[in-house]
Amino acid sequence: MKTAVVIFPGSNCDRDVIHSVRDTLGCEVESVWHREERLPEETDLVILPGGFSYGDYLRSGAMAARSPVMGAVKEHAGRGGLLLGICNGFQILTESRLLPGVLLPNKTLSFICRPCFLSVENTETPFTGLFRKGQVVQFPIAHGDGLFFLPADELDDLENRGGAVFRYVSPRGDSGDEWNPNGSVNNIAGIVNPRGNILGLMPHPERAGEAILGGEDGRLFWRSVASFLEKGGRRHGLQ
Amino acid sequence: MDFSKYGIKKEEFAAAEAALGREPNECELRILGVMWSEHCSYKSTKHLLKHFPTRGPKVVLGPGENAGIVDLGDGLGAAFKAESHNHPSAVAPYQGAATGVGGIIRDILALGARPVASMDGLFFGDPEHPRTGHLSAGIVKGVGDYGNAVGVPTIGGKTAYDPCYNENPLLNAFCIGLVELDMIVSSQTARPGQLVVLLGSKTGRDGIAGAAFASVELSEDAKESRPSIQIGDPFAEKMLIEACLELKEKNLIVSMQDMGAAGITSSSSEVAAKSGVGMKLHFDRVPLRAADMEPWEIALSESQERMLLIVEPGNMDEVSSVARKWELDCAVIGETEEGDDYSIFFHGEKVASLPATLIGDGCPPIHWPAEKPADFETRWDFDLDGLPVPGDWNTALLTLLGNPSMAPKHWIFEQYDSMVQLNTVMGPGHPVSVLRIKGRESLIALVLDADPWKCGLDPFGGGAETVARTVRTLSVAGAESLGLTDCLNFPSPEVPGQYWALEECIRGMAAACEALCCPVVSGNVSLYNETKSGAILPTPVVGTVGLIPSSGDFLPSGAWEEGDVLFLVGPCNPSLAGSGYIRSLGLPLRGRPLVFSGEAERDFSERAVRTARKKAARSGRALTGGGLAAALAKDAAESGSGARIALGVPTRKDVVLFGEGGARALYSVPMSRVPLFKTIWSGYPCLELGRAGGDILSVEGAFSLEVSRLREIWRNR
Repeated sequence: MKTAVVIFPGSNCDRDVIHSVRDTLGCEVESVWHREERLPEETDLVILPGGFSYGDYLRSGAMAARSPVMGAVKEHAGRGGLLLGICNGFQILTESRLLPGVLLPNKTLSFICRPCFLSVENTETPFTGLFRKGQVVQFPIAHGDGLFFLPADELDDLENRGGAVFRYVSPRGDSGDEWNPNGSVNNIAGIVNPRGNILGLMPHPERAGEAILGGEDGRLFWRSVASFLEKGGRRHGLQ
Repeated sequence: MDFSKYGIKKEEFAAAEAALGREPNECELRILGVMWSEHCSYKSTKHLLKHFPTRGPKVVLGPGENAGIVDLGDGLGAAFKAESHNHPSAVAPYQGAATGVGGIIRDILALGARPVASMDGLFFGDPEHPRTGHLSAGIVKGVGDYGNAVGVPTIGGKTAYDPCYNENPLLNAFCIGLVELDMIVSSQTARPGQLVVLLGSKTGRDGIAGAAFASVELSEDAKESRPSIQIGDPFAEKMLIEACLELKEKNLIVSMQDMGAAGITSSSSEVAAKSGVGMKLHFDRVPLRAADMEPWEIALSESQERMLLIVEPGNMDEVSSVARKWELDCAVIGETEEGDDYSIFFHGEKVASLPATLIGDGCPPIHWPAEKPADFETRWDFDLDGLPVPGDWNTALLTLLGNPSMAPKHWIFEQYDSMVQLNTVMGPGHPVSVLRIKGRESLIALVLDADPWKCGLDPFGGGAETVARTVRTLSVAGAESLGLTDCLNFPSPEVPGQYWALEECIRGMAAACEALCCPVVSGNVSLYNETKSGAILPTPVVGTVGLIPSSGDFLPSGAWEEGDVLFLVGPCNPSLAGSGYIRSLGLPLRGRPLVFSGEAERDFSERAVRTARKKAARSGRALTGGGLAAALAKDAAESGSGARIALGVPTRKDVVLFGEGGARALYSVPMSRVPLFKTIWSGYPCLELGRAGGDILSVEGAFSLEVSRLREIWRNR
C-alpha cells in the first residue's frame, strides 16, 4: 500500500498521520508539498491531514482547497483512488466540493480537544471494512470548526445512501446531545461520497493508534484500508 | 538632555556617558532605555538570582542562553523555559497571551530544539470581579489559538484565582523541546566575517518598546499602551519553526537568537556580546511592514515571528532557498566583525554606535532597600481555637472542591490541543503531565505549580514549598527531577517590603533546589505587577522536568481498585495557613505555613521514586492544594471507587484533612504489596487510612459522599 500525505503550509498533523500509518502497517508513506502538481506514482491512498492550512485565515480549509496540489488530488479521486481528509483535511474536502456539506464553528464557539466515542455506521467503505457495524470506537477530536451541516434534503440523501460513516455516541453507543461535542447534524462525525472512495471525518484516527497514548482503535482504520487494497481494491477498484 | 523620557535614570545616563566618552545620541538613548529596562536588563534581580544553584550532573546548559537544557540520556536533551507575558495580557488578553506562547516557543527553537509541548500558568482575579470573565476568556483563547495552530500541544499548567490579580492577571508560558546534544544551536558562536540575517515576518510598528512598558506599573490609562502590544501570527510561527529546523538539519546556521523583547537590537547585540564580536547593521535592508519607520523604531519593534541568524556567507544562497520554500522573508541586514562595536547604519549614515557589551551588561545594578514589613510576624498569628470544626463536613468538602482555584479546569484545557505530535501519555487535568519520546523507553514528566498564598504569608517557606511541591509530585509519579525553570512574578521592587519578599522567596526556592538537587536552568523575572488597586501576591511559578526510565516505572494517580489499602505518608501536622480550605471559607490570609525541611523532602522523594519503580503501589498522589481531603476526593472520582477511612490520629480532623504543606502523599497499595510498601516507608511517618472500594467515600467522623457526586464535580461530566 502506497500512501501520500499532502502537507500544506500550516498542516500540523502531517507527521502524526505518517507516524501512525507507518507504525500500524509498516508501509511506505510519502509526503507531498502543496506546490507539487503531481502525486507520487502508484499512490493508493491520499491523506489530507489536520492542522490550520494557510493559517485557516479566510475560512477553514478554503485556501487549501484552491492550492496547486489539489488538481492532482482531484484527479486521483476522480479515477476512484482513495482519498481521506482528517479534521482540517475534511474541511478541505467540503471546501473543494469533493464531499457535501460544510463545517461550521462548534456549538460552543470554542475549540474542543477531548476523546470522543464514535459508532461505526457503515462498514462497507474501504476505510471501515474491518470494524463491526455499530462498533463503538474512541478517537479524539481537536477542532474549532467541526459542526457538520447539510440542508435537510441533502441530509436525507446522505442518510439514505449510508453516507454517514461515523456518529458521535456515548461509550455504550447511545446517541444524545451530551455526546455530540460540536452540534453536528444527526451527530455526524464522518461521511463518505456516493462512490465510496472519499472519506472525511473530524476525529483523529491517528491519535488513537497506540495504547500508551490512550487507545488503539485507530489501527483498525489503517488496517481496513490495507485489507481493502489487498483484496484487489486498487485505484480503479471502486465503482 | 532629557533622558528621563526614555526611561533612563540619572546614574544610568552617567554610566552610558562614561562608557562612551560622549553623550549618547537620541537613537542610542532610546535603545539603552529599552535594553536597560527592568524587563531586559534584570538590573534589580541579577544579583539575587545568583542564589540559585544552576549546575548539576544532568545540566547541559544553564541560565544565560535562550533556554536551559537537561540531559535525557543517549545523546538527547530537553530544552525548556518559562516566561511571563503579564503586562500585555492585562491590556490585550488575547494577543498578550498568544504572543506569550509564540515567544517561548521561539526561545526553545533558538537552541535548535523542536518544541514538543507547552504548559501555562494562569492567575486570574476574583471570578465575581467584572473584568475577570473577559480577561480569563481572552487569555485562555489566546493561549489555545496560538498553540493549537502552531501544533505544539498544551499538556498541563496551573490556574489560580485571587482578588490580587483582578487588574493584573498573570500569564506564564512554558515550553519544552527536544534536541540532539551534538546539534544544539547557540547564540554565542558567531565569528567575525559572517552575515547577520533576519528571517520571518516583516518588521512593523507593533510592540515598539513593549519591554519598557512591561517594566513599570500598569497605569490607569493602560489602554494607551495598546501600541506596545504585539500581534501574533501562529501561521507565520509554524513556517518559522519548520524553516529553522530545516536550516539546522542542513547545518546552515552558525548561531541563532529569537527576537522577543526589544526586537532586533536585543537579539543582535546579545549575539554580538556573547560571541565576543562586533556587528554592523544596515536598517534600510530590514523588510518593513510600515513605510517610513525611523531607525529607532526598527531597532525596537517587537513584531513577532522573527529570528536572527548568523550565517557563513557561502551558505546564504541555500538559506534563502529554504526561506523561500517556507514563504518567509529573509534578508541579510548586516555582518559581524572583529571588536566590540555595535553600529547601526541607515541609508549609509551611522545612527548609533555602542559597545555590544554595554547594551546588555552595562546597566548599573540596583540594590533596592529591602526591609521586612513591621507587621510581618503578626501575619502568623492564627487562632485555631477560634475556628470551629465544620458542622457540615460534606458541605465543607464540596465548597472546597468548588473553589475556583481547586475546581476542575476542563473549560480551559479542552480549548487546548493537548495531543498533537502523538507524545502525550498524560495530558492536562492530572498532577503530572507525561510525554513519551518516540523510539525510546523513557518518559518525560512535567509539573508546573505555584502557591502565592503561602509565599504571601512566608516568602522563604512559600518559595521553598513551591519548588518542593513540583519535585514531590514528580517523585510520586516515579520521575527523577532533572532541573527546573521559574517565572518570578512580583510587584514593584521599589517598595522595601516587596523587595524583601522577592529576595526571601528566591532564597527559599534556592534552598529547596539545593536540598533536592534540582538546579534552575532557565527562567524569567516579571516585576511591577501592581496597579492602583494593589500589588499581586508574590507569585513564583516553577516548572520542573523529570525523567521516568520506562513506562512501567510511571505511577499514575486516581487508579484505586477495590480492596487496595490506602496510606498517608508524611507528617500529620499540616497547616491551615493559606490553605484552599481557609480561602474557601472566605477567611483572611493568616497563620504560619509549615516550615520547610530539606532533609524530610529529600528523604520523601527518594522513597517515593523507589515506591513507583518497585511497583509497591497502584496509585499515588502528592498532597497539594486542599490537602488530604482534596486528594481523597480527586482520587476517588478518578478511580470511580469509594473508600472507608478512619483517621487514627489525635490532631483536629479539619487540620489533618484540609491542612497543607510538607512532604506528604496518598497511596493506594494492593494487599500483596503492602509489606514491600511498608518496608520502603519504614522510618518515615506512614499511616494506614483504610480500604478502597464501594460507592461512597467516607471519613469516619467527617464527610461521607457518593463517588458519583464527586465524579460529577471533579470530572466535569
